[in-house]
Amino acid sequence: MAKGFSGGVHPHEEKYTEKIAIEAMPLPKRVYIPFSQHTGKPALPLVKKGDEVKVGTKIGEADGFISSSVHSSISGTVVDIKKYPHPVVGESLCCIIESNNQDEWEQGVKVKQNYESLSRKELIEIIKEAGIVGLGGAAFPTYVKLSPPEGKKIDTIIINGCECEPMLTADHRLILEYPIGIIEGAGLFQRVLDAPRLIFAIENNKLDAADVLKKEGVEVVILKTKYPQGAEKQLIKAVLNREVPRGGLPMDVGCVVQNVGTAYAAFQAAKYRKPLIDRVVTVTGDGIKEPKNLLVRIGTRAIDVINHCGGYTNPPKKIIFGGPMMGIAQFTDEVPVIKGTSGIIVRARAQTFPEGPCVRCASCIDVCPMGLMPTEIYKFVKNRRFKTAKEFGALDCIECGCCAYSCPARIPLVHYIKYGKAEIRRTEKK
Amino acid sequence: MKELLQVSASPHIRSKRDINKAMRLVIIALIPTLIFSTYLFGIRALIIVLLSIITSVVCEAVMERMLGRNISITDGSAILTGILLAFNLPPGVPFWIPIVGSAFAIIFAKQLFGGLGYNFINPALAGRAFLMASWPWAMTKEWLAPVNGTLSGIDGITSATPLNLLKNAANYGDPHFVIKHLNEFATIKNLFIGKVGGCIGETSALLLLIGGIFLIIIGITDYRIVVGYLGSFILLALVLPTRGSLLFHLFSGGLFLGVFFMATDWVTSPITKKGRWIFGIGCGVLTMVIRVWGGYPEGVSYSILLMNVFTPLIDRLTRERVFGEIRKGKK
Ligand code: SF4
Ligand code: SF4
Repeated sequence: MAKGFSGGVHPHEEKYTEKIAIEAMPLPKRVYIPFSQHTGKPALPLVKKGDEVKVGTKIGEADGFISSSVHSSISGTVVDIKKYPHPVVGESLCCIIESNNQDEWEQGVKVKQNYESLSRKELIEIIKEAGIVGLGGAAFPTYVKLSPPEGKKIDTIIINGCECEPMLTADHRLILEYPIGIIEGAGLFQRVLDAPRLIFAIENNKLDAADVLKKEGVEVVILKTKYPQGAEKQLIKAVLNREVPRGGLPMDVGCVVQNVGTAYAAFQAAKYRKPLIDRVVTVTGDGIKEPKNLLVRIGTRAIDVINHCGGYTNPPKKIIFGGPMMGIAQFTDEVPVIKGTSGIIVRARAQTFPEGPCVRCASCIDVCPMGLMPTEIYKFVKNRRFKTAKEFGALDCIECGCCAYSCPARIPLVHYIKYGKAEIRRTEKK
Repeated sequence: MKELLQVSASPHIRSKRDINKAMRLVIIALIPTLIFSTYLFGIRALIIVLLSIITSVVCEAVMERMLGRNISITDGSAILTGILLAFNLPPGVPFWIPIVGSAFAIIFAKQLFGGLGYNFINPALAGRAFLMASWPWAMTKEWLAPVNGTLSGIDGITSATPLNLLKNAANYGDPHFVIKHLNEFATIKNLFIGKVGGCIGETSALLLLIGGIFLIIIGITDYRIVVGYLGSFILLALVLPTRGSLLFHLFSGGLFLGVFFMATDWVTSPITKKGRWIFGIGCGVLTMVIRVWGGYPEGVSYSILLMNVFTPLIDRLTRERVFGEIRKGKK
């Protein structure tokens, strides 16, 4: 029987690209690689204007514990280091590299390594050096998750193949086409954490992917297709029936969750010493001529990716990085793909949802997977009562969007709650 | 210069169900009852409903205009209030009664409290209570017998509705005899399919049940209120000296109309899950208490109104359990 968690919604899946095989996109002329593509501190630049770089050359060094290094994704010349549009934070320092069309790789990269005999320490170091972060979207540095503090015993690793966001199919395709790599990568995590149990979690709308994995003899748990099944806490609840305590982390219940793409990246890092310089991106939406699943070099601009997909059908009205539920609307198509970019969705039609009065229907409460009362929090935020908003659990919100999705009054609840969270954090810092 | 891209907060998709659509679905669920009542009581019933709807919509528009609000009559909520108010009127009332009642409902119970979403008592029920208090003769005497049936559902007794009969059995002959009749299968069957007298929209328990279950299935009505209400009601019907049988109580009067269409009103019922249980149970208990010990034969609308008043308090005292919250007393 398929398992689940409480709350959640069932948006139309619209996974138009699930049958389309991953295609490697030709190299872009230029890449725009931000030094900050992860949760935590931006990387420190290691190159300057005029430097020659190869594919895999480290251009930014991790700064502190929660940070990640950054690598060049093409070979060529650094033409500038300056502020540039960023898909998540609006604008950030960015390394612009002009391609020499050679696609020369850094020495030692892509050479098969004997990784079976590596020690745990060495593996962690390799994953850290490769700049691997969570590819599901949050982009949390992976090696940090693999280094739990002393005394925290991890008994289960869950490899997240839910891809619960509508429209996205990158993870689905990756499982179908590269199951061995994913399983090897997951095995590395298991070795590093010395965890007895490894589980692959797949939603029941991707049974073909589940079959592929099962054939390889790994443990697969089939979950109900429900959004946000792939959210860490909901996933752990559904798979293991364990509840991560409020304000806690999965490791508090002996668990680590990694996305399938992350596992694959870790495998490539161990086997080929290949840093994280590309990723699979689903390019879809009614504004795209030929929707595709593309293997894209990090730093490629959205417009280059879109042009490779046949361009726009009509003048674009909205460009979303990520899925339709949690993705971020972009103000320009020149933003680059970064490590956490799972999809590019282009809308040819503008949609507006005029906000009405709350009719107290409580659907937001019924669908909130975190057990919050979004309508109350939004009212407190609106009245600038941030303290009360916090008491009502504003900081527990995972911004999944279920509440706003289901609100018949079309109140942008997530927008208010995000604003409330920022205000709460700001006043707490003082 | 390229066209500007729309930048808005996530999520970028919304469910198809907005307020208009939800209201429309509730109205659809009430239409079978409306058609049946028109058949039972004649075109008169339909006219009363239409008068009530028109007055509601006009009052809503005028009030919103005067108060400088957006005109929201297309959202269907005023139409719904109009229908529900009319459904709570005896079919024989003079035509000015629905007009006055719905005007009161919209102007005083809804718009003066801030409009849709801000009213704390159900406007239709407030309108009915106002009419009851002001013109009790119209609200308690103007019954009509249905076609092919009698007002009471019993042959030979033509001057009282079933619940009235139960309450004041002694006035209509030998009380034991009357009550025995009321609990007979034939009477219960008449009640269930609706061949008895009563308010316009309360006669057919069957049609109301179908409409109500439809709304629960499509996720507009919350099952907690319904189950809480019916559950506590049934329990009390079994243990209290109610004189009527369980089925008699379930199918008579406006119970199903109240349970499925008025207690579950979004705006005036609690938003927390626990609160909805408490609200439903409260309604059930009060309804039974009024039927057994109160001065009115029927207790549905007053108990819902009373619970409406408690709704803010219930909401304040109950909370959802946040994911990962450690319950007291448990580790
Ligand atoms: S309040 Fe937060 S966690 Fe709850 S549904 Fe809304 S976005 Fe999701
Ligand atoms: S879903 Fe929207 S209308 Fe319903 S209670 Fe929540 S905020 Fe209010």
